[in-house]
Amino acid sequence: MDSRTSERAARVPLPATADNALKIVIAGGFGVGKTTMVRSISEIRPLNTEETMTQAGLGIDETAGVRSKTTTTVAFDFGRISLNEQMVLYLFGAPGQERFWFLWDRLFAGTLGAVVLVDTRRLEDSWYAIDRLEHHGTPFIVARNNFGDPTHSLEQVRDALSLSDDIPLVDCDARDRESSKAVLIALVNHLYALSSVREMTR
Amino acid sequence: MTRRPVHSEDPDRLYTVTGGRSRADDSAFDLVTLIVSESEPSAGMQSEHVRILTLCRRPTAVVEVAAELGLPVGIVKILLADLHDTGRVSARHPRAAHSRADLPDPELLKQVLVGLQNL
Repeated sequence: MDSRTSERAARVPLPATADNALKIVIAGGFGVGKTTMVRSISEIRPLNTEETMTQAGLGIDETAGVRSKTTTTVAFDFGRISLNEQMVLYLFGAPGQERFWFLWDRLFAGTLGAVVLVDTRRLEDSWYAIDRLEHHGTPFIVARNNFGDPTHSLEQVRDALSLSDDIPLVDCDARDRESSKAVLIALVNHLYALSSVREMTR
Repeated sequence: MTRRPVHSEDPDRLYTVTGGRSRADDSAFDLVTLIVSESEPSAGMQSEHVRILTLCRRPTAVVEVAAELGLPVGIVKILLADLHDTGRVSARHPRAAHSRADLPDPELLKQVLVGLQNL
């Protein structure tokens, strides 16, 4: 096993044979460790870009009594993992704030699934992410980013989030590469189980 | 080849870069569509096109092109559409694309699992 984290160059090109890129979204509230998780497992230094959206003002400028056009710019981080000679996985950190709903719609389009990262000190920050994912029908798992000794059991976290039993809930340390890798594997295992059930009921 | 007029009186850089257009056909490129150069930069090409052709000698996702150029994704999609329309780049679209509430193929997921386990 090589440790690429210590010697990552700014630009690591993909193999010329790469032809299928996949997406996984890491969602959660501000400061919960989304970028940390992307950084711990990405083969490139996480990159940052922005999406500018122009939209008709919907209830934004109501005080002015006009429905003006609003331009909003949202920055987001991403990293990548080459899976084999053809497949590459992109990890996107999705800002959890409600006002960025339109970016979520973009990021979710065609995504394999999502990881909702939660901080037990601010569980309420992850409600919106969970709500949007359920609304979109995007499969997801929840990962508790553990800073030090946990004060709550995972069962308590599940109750507090009103998370149904069929959604996996795991512990992780977003700073740790192996731990972040285990979270992604848990997500893909979950997707695989869902997908296999669907195949069988076809 | 027709050249678009440059709106030199407009100070907005992004407006100039795209010849005044503010959006591309959104369905054309996904954030992770891989772009591959099919030609070398030539004299007289606008600098952003040159940078894209240089960057995409190896497959590069739309979102990475945006990050490397320091331009918003929407603007980069417009630039890529220009290059794609003239055959200077090709696009490798994601094949896991599926509709809402649908799930990817188990076979594809198995390959993802193996890839992750081998990290």
